Amino acid sequence: MTGRVAVRPDVPVLDVRSMSKVYGEGETAVHALREVDLLVRRGEYVAVIGQSGSGKSTLLNILGCLDAPTSGRYLLEGLDVADLDDRQQSVLRNRQIGFVFQSFNLIPRTTAFANVELPLVYAGVPRRVRRARTLAALDVVGLGERTDHRPNQLSGGQQQRVAVARALVTAPALLLADEPTGNLDSASTADVLDLFDGLHATGRTIVIITHDAEVAERADRVVTVTDGRLRESSGARP
Amino acid sequence: MSSVEIVRFAVRALLANRLRSLLTMLGIIIGIAAVILLTALGNGAAQYIQGQISGLGANSITVLARAPGGTAGAAAGASARPLTSGDATAIADPQGAPDVGYVAPVVQSSSTVAAGPNSETATVIGSTPQYFPGSNTVVAAGRAYDEADVADGRPVAVIGRTVADDLYGVGSTPLGRSLLVKGVPLQIIGVLQAKGQGGGFANPDSNVLAPITTVQSAFTGFGNLNQIVVGARASTTQNAAESEIYSILDRRHGITNPNNRDYQLISSAQLAQVLDQTLSTFSLLLAGIAGISLLVGGIGITNIMLVSVTERTREIGIRKALGAPPSAILGQFLVESTILSVLAGLIGVGIGVAGTLIPLPNGFRAVVVPAAVVVAVVVSIVIGVFFGGYPARRAARLRPIEALRRE
Ligand SMILES: Nc1ncnc2c1ncn2[C@@H]1O[C@H](COP(=O)(O)OP(=O)(O)OP(=O)(O)O)[C@@H](O)[C@H]1O
Ligand SMILES: [Mg+2]
Repeated sequence: MTGRVAVRPDVPVLDVRSMSKVYGEGETAVHALREVDLLVRRGEYVAVIGQSGSGKSTLLNILGCLDAPTSGRYLLEGLDVADLDDRQQSVLRNRQIGFVFQSFNLIPRTTAFANVELPLVYAGVPRRVRRARTLAALDVVGLGERTDHRPNQLSGGQQQRVAVARALVTAPALLLADEPTGNLDSASTADVLDLFDGLHATGRTIVIITHDAEVAERADRVVTVTDGRLRESSGARP
Repeated sequence: MSSVEIVRFAVRALLANRLRSLLTMLGIIIGIAAVILLTALGNGAAQYIQGQISGLGANSITVLARAPGGTAGAAAGASARPLTSGDATAIADPQGAPDVGYVAPVVQSSSTVAAGPNSETATVIGSTPQYFPGSNTVVAAGRAYDEADVADGRPVAVIGRTVADDLYGVGSTPLGRSLLVKGVPLQIIGVLQAKGQGGGFANPDSNVLAPITTVQSAFTGFGNLNQIVVGARASTTQNAAESEIYSILDRRHGITNPNNRDYQLISSAQLAQVLDQTLSTFSLLLAGIAGISLLVGGIGITNIMLVSVTERTREIGIRKALGAPPSAILGQFLVESTILSVLAGLIGVGIGVAGTLIPLPNGFRAVVVPAAVVVAVVVSIVIGVFFGGYPARRAARLRPIEALRRE
C-alpha cells in the first residue's frame, strides 16, 4: 500500500451503510450511532450539525479511520476499511485524510513547526520539501511568525490553527474537521472558512462538524445528527 | 520513513522531556553504581583478608602459651607451664618429630628504639634464621641474620619498613647504621619488605628482628619463650607435624586432658580454612545485597518507563492518527529507551568505578569485580529497553482514538 488509492470518479468517497457504534456493554452501553447511512461524493462539502452528545465526533472518528464501527460497513474510496490492517490504515490516514480534532491534539513540548511537519515525515517526504511545505501551511493559517512556539506558548485559537495547518500540509483529498472554528474569533473563523472554500474549489472533499450556522451556510449539504441518527437537510439551513 | 527520522524523533522527544529522561536514567545509574560499589567493597574485603592470611608463613605452625582450659581445670593441679627452649629443642628432635622441618624459638619484648633524636616503641623479636620463612618475612635490602650471628649473640638487627621510615627518614635504607634498643646499640644489617597493617595483628612493619641470643642477653633474659614457630617439611605433612608437636608437648607439660592444654597451636592451613569459609559466606551476602539493589534499581526503571509510556499514550495516539505505522512508533520508543539506558549505563559505570577510588581507612581498598559490572550493565539495559519498548508496543497496537482517550 503506497501512494494514493486510484481515483475512480464514479465511486463515492465515503459510503456508510447501516453503521452503528455502541460504547460499553450491558446496562451502561451508549448507542452513539444507530444504523446510519451516509454517502459523500467527490468534491462535496458537507456540514454535520447536531446537539452536544448526539454522536457527531463518533461519526467523524470512524470516517477518519481512527475508530471502528460496532456494526455496519464503511467504504472509503470503495475500499472496506475493515479489510485493512493496522499498517494499511496508517498509510491511508497519512495519504488520504486530513483530520482536525475538536481538542487540537498537538504533541506537547514540541514546536508548531515540528507538529505540522509530522505527517510529512511519516509520508517520507524529503527534508527540504518538508520544510517548505510546513512553513507554507503555517503561513496559510497566519502563524508564519510562530513556528518555534510550543503548544503551551500559543493561545487556544492559535493551537487550533496549528491543528488546521497540520491537516492541510499533506494536501489530502479528504478533509475531516471536528469544530475547527470552535475557538476562533469571527475574523479567524472567516480566514479558516475561506481556506476551506479554496480547498473545496480545488475539488477536495470536506466534512466539517460545526455548531455555527455561518459555517454550515458555506457547505453544499448539511446533515443533522440527532441522538445517533442522521437526517439530511439539503439546503443550508441548520 | 527512514531510520534517521526515527532517531531524530527519539532524540527530540528525549530533549523535550528532560526531567523525565533524567529520572529514568537515575534509576539505571543508581542501580549500576550500587552494584559495582557493593561488589567492589566485598571483593576488597576478601582480598584484604587473604592478605592477612599470607602474613603467616606457608606450612607454619605457631605454638603459643596460654592459661589451661578454665579456672576450674587449673584447680585440678595442672599449673600452667611456660614454653621453654627445652620444648623447642624437643620439637626439633627428628626422632620424636620426623615431619618437622625447622623450629624457631621466639622471644619478644616491646621496647623503645631510638636513632639520633628520633625514638618510638617497637616490638623487638629475637629468634633464629628460620623465623623469616616461618613468618613469611622477606628482607628487602641487606641480609637476614644467620646461624653465626645467633651462635655468637652478635648485636645486629633487621628492621621493619615503618621503623626505618620513622627513625631514618621515609624510604631510607640505613644499612650499617646503629639503632639503640633500650640503650643497647645494634647494627642494622637489613630492612624488611613492607607487609602493611594487619587488622587484628600487630603491625609487622614496626618489628625489629634480632638473633634470639642477643635479645635474651640484653633484654629478656634466658627464661621462657613467647612462642615457637614450627615449619612442617611439606604442606602435606602439616597435620602429621601437628600431632607430633601435640604428643611431645603433652608429655613434657604433663597434659592428660587435651582440653586442659597450657599451650595452643595455630596453623596457617587451619586459619586459611576458617577464613575461607567466612569469606564465602561474606561473598554470598554481598551477592545478595547486589542482587537486591539491582532488583530495586530495575523496579525503578520499570516504573518510570511504564509511567512515561502511559503518559505518552496520547502522543502515540496523535502520531498514529497522523499516519505513523506501528513500526515507526515502536522504533522511536525503542531508540529512546536504548539511548537512555546505554547512556545511563555508562554514567553508572563511571560513577561506580570512580567511587571505588575513594580512599578508605585502614588501608582497605575497594576492588572492582568486572563480572559484576557486566551483569549490572546488561541487566539494567535489558530492563530499560524492554520496559521502554514493551508498553510502547502495546500502545502502538491501540486504535488511535483509544490511545487519544487515555488521560
Ligand atoms: N469512549 C466513550 N465511551 C463511552 N461513551 C462515549 C465515549 N465517547 C463518546 N461517548 C458517548 O457517545 C455519545 C456521542 O458522543 P460524541 O462525542 O460523538 O458527541 P458529539 O456529538 O461530538 O458532542 P459534542 O458536540 O459535545 O462534541 C455521547 O453520549 C458520549 O457520552
Ligand atoms: Mg464532538
